[in-house]
Formats: sequence, structure tokens, C-alpha cells
Amino acid sequence: MPRVTYVSPDGEPTALDVEEGLSVMQGAIAAGLDGIVAECGGELVCATCHVYVETLAESLPPMGALEDELLEHVVAERRDNSRLSCQLVLGAEHEGLVVALPEAQV
Amino acid sequence: MNVVIVGTGHAACQLAASLRERKYEGDITLIGREPGPTYQKPLLSKGFLLGKVAEPNLVLKPAAFFEQKRIAVIEAEVTAIDRAAKQVAGLPYDHLVLATGAENRRLTVPGAGLDGVVMLRSQPEALALRARLAGTKRIVIVGAGFIGMEVAAVAAQLGLEVIVVEQGERALARAVSLPVSRYLLARHWAGGVRFHFGAALAGFEGEGSLRAVHLADGTVIPTTLALVAIGVVPNMALAAQVGLATGNGIEVDARLATTDRAIHAIGDAAGYPHPLYDNRRVRVESIQNAMDQARCLAQTLTGVPTVYAKLPWFWSDQWDIRLQIAGVGAPGDQAVLRGSPEEGRFSVFRLDAEGRLSAVESINQAGEHMAARALVARRPRLEPSQIRDPEFPLQQLAAA
Repeated sequence: MPRVTYVSPDGEPTALDVEEGLSVMQGAIAAGLDGIVAECGGELVCATCHVYVETLAESLPPMGALEDELLEHVVAERRDNSRLSCQLVLGAEHEGLVVALPEAQV
Repeated sequence: MNVVIVGTGHAACQLAASLRERKYEGDITLIGREPGPTYQKPLLSKGFLLGKVAEPNLVLKPAAFFEQKRIAVIEAEVTAIDRAAKQVAGLPYDHLVLATGAENRRLTVPGAGLDGVVMLRSQPEALALRARLAGTKRIVIVGAGFIGMEVAAVAAQLGLEVIVVEQGERALARAVSLPVSRYLLARHWAGGVRFHFGAALAGFEGEGSLRAVHLADGTVIPTTLALVAIGVVPNMALAAQVGLATGNGIEVDARLATTDRAIHAIGDAAGYPHPLYDNRRVRVESIQNAMDQARCLAQTLTGVPTVYAKLPWFWSDQWDIRLQIAGVGAPGDQAVLRGSPEEGRFSVFRLDAEGRLSAVESINQAGEHMAARALVARRPRLEPSQIRDPEFPLQQLAAA
């Protein structure tokens, strides 16, 4: 199970062991972590599971057109390392992944 | 301080979460009649039924969440409120919140209680339906609303013969414009789903278990499985019983308070005046409405009184089609097409009698829809010619 670290907007890290095959979003929801809203449950509708990928960005699934479109409408600033965490499905190679959570999702 | 919430669904869980996010320190108790952890409802009729979403991934908030946040959850049916003593289920409250949701409207025709006549709203119902879909070759679906249409698409994709029986003249008549309704219908037809419109149900035939569906015109459709999907009714019996105003839902004011200032109502059960629609009373059945009302009420209960004014939005997945709706359309609205149904990407802009944009329905254009959402929230007056013109910069209008 890859260990993923979620860093809150005020810099607080939370490390979670997330089952392979789950997304970064699902890992956060399953642990009840604040900062990822995921209003639509991972269906690419709501753009409320925005994260900034801090490590291992190149190993993650590539961004689809729909995710790219939705990222234009996230509430917090879109940066070069912005992703929607529902699209980041985890494998063994993502051990040590670090994502930072934005100031706001809604 | 003490907040008691009746309900354990999306609205209830989000309210508890938002209160804690806003540093509310008092006790929070959820009382609900469904056992087990809360789950994500929208996926039940879509990915979960199709087998694309596994059961553990339906969890909305895990048990650990409630422990960490000191949120108590009690499994019980609330049948009384002592408003004078401000007590419910033996608990004192400073604020009571009714997040009682809605339940499926039932059919009262003969045979509605037969085995094989099912409904879909809860996770157990979804599990049961999934098992039944795997064991049969045909399903009759009563009702061409969102649940009926989504399940029709799933069942057809699973290889079943699907027959939809609808009283009205078209699919999703209450929710979407005619062009969108037609577009979805065409996709269902292409996928093999067959429809009976203007068809009244006479009853279900069988002994113990279902054998056939009878229509009022004499048509008999043999089947062992029928889904009744004819909409929902708000759970407001408790509110009515304790003397709170009810109508289309539990009646609340702009800040979601009932006629008792210590009691609020949110989610599917609450009917409220919407500022974006001339304070017309609406009751919205959606996740967005439940979550946004919960966040709004959390502000009010933590000392920042807030009027609820969020634009409703909604989505549906049918076959390879993603439908998104922003705003509240009315049957008399003018429907103006932007984009091309032939290419499978278009929107319908709905204009009210005064030419103001009331809603946008989009097919397979998520990005443009997000811009349209911002635009509808401004309720601008638009000319149909502007909407039809692909060069007209709607995005800029939304940002202006």
C-alpha cells in the first residue's frame, strides 16, 4: 500500500496508507480527511478534489481533456502541478507521493 | 451548546463536518433510521449498479471521521419532538435540524407488493437490484425520470431487454427541456430500450412473485422484474406532526429556519424561497443542494447568519452521455440550442418569460458547463440570437 502524504493549507502533513487501485481522493475520503470535498464522488463533475502534486508527478496517470477543462474552474488558484485527485489512481510506484491541499474547494 | 440533526445522509453529515470546520465546540448528534455508515447516493444508480464502483468506495464519511470530530450517531426513528422543552429522542437541543430527506413515491396499484417489484434509493436496494439484474433477461421500468432513465441505460448495457413505461408524453419532462429529452431518448432507443409513453399502469400480475405488468390500455408485458421509479416525496411527517409549516417539503425561510426558530430544515426535505428566482419556493433533490445548504446553515449556527442563495446544479450519466444542469427551468421557458446535437456536444439555454436565463442543460461539455453555471447565477437577459451564435463570448459574459 503506497503511503501518500496530504499537506493541509497551513502545512500540517497527514500520511495515509492507501490501497492500490484507489485514487488519492478515495484515500482521503476513506480516512475522513478534511480539505478534499469530492462532492460528486469522483465522477468528474464538481472540481472539488483539487490538489497540488508535490512529488512523483510524472508517474501519475496523464491528465485527460475533461480533467483539464474542470481544472479551469477550481476555486483555488490553478498551478502547473494542479490535478483533480479523483483521477490519481494509485499503484505501488506511488510510494512517497506528496500532495498539498488548496486553501478552498468550494 | 447542543445541535441535534435528524438524518444521516449527505446534508446531515456535511452539516456536522462544517460545524466542526467552523470550530463549533458543542455536542453534535445525528439520529437516523438507516443503520451503518453513510454512503454516496448519486453513484447507486450509475457506476455502482454497473459494477464499476465497489461497495467500500461508496462510503461518504468513515466511522473514524465521526469519532475524531466527536459526532455522535444514533440509529433510531424519531417520532416526536418536544418543542416547548427543546428535547428530541431524550436529548436536549439548542438547535434541531431536520435533514430527513425524501423517500420513493409508492405505487398503489394491485400487485405492487409482489416479489420482483422493486425500488431504488438506498444502498441495500441498489445491492438487491444489482443481484436481480444479474439473474434475469428483462426489466420493466415504471417512470422515465432520472432514476428510471439511468437504470434503463445500465440494464441495457448489462444485456437485459428494457421496457420503460411512462405516464407522461416524454422522458424527464419535469427536469429538462424538450431537445435534451429527445436526445437522451434517441440514445436509449439506439441502445435497444423501448418506451411506452402516455401509458397508465393498471397493475402487477403474479402470485407471490411478479409475472407480468398490465397497462390500462390492455397491454400485458411479461416480466419477473419491475422497477418503480416515479419520483420521491419529502419526509415531512415529523415536521407536520409537531406543528411546523409544510407544503412542498418542510417550509423554511431564506436562512433555512422553520416556523420554530430553534428548528431548521435542509436537503431534499426543505422547501425554501430562492433569491435567484424571485424568491419562488423550490425544493431541490440533489447532492449539491444538500451540501451547500449544510454549509450555509453551519455559518448561521456559528454566528454568521447567511441567506441560502446557491445555484442548483445536477448531473446524470446515461450510456456515454454526461448531462449537466445548472439552474431551475420551468415548463414554459423558451429552449435555445447552442452547439450541435449531431456532434453529441451541445447545450440548451432556457429563458424565462422575461428573457432571463433560468437554466442551462449541457450534453458532454463539462468545461463549458462550468462557465454556464457562473452565467446562470447572474440571471442575465439574453437574446436567443446571442446564445445560438458560437462566436458570442459567453465565458466573458460570465466573468464580467
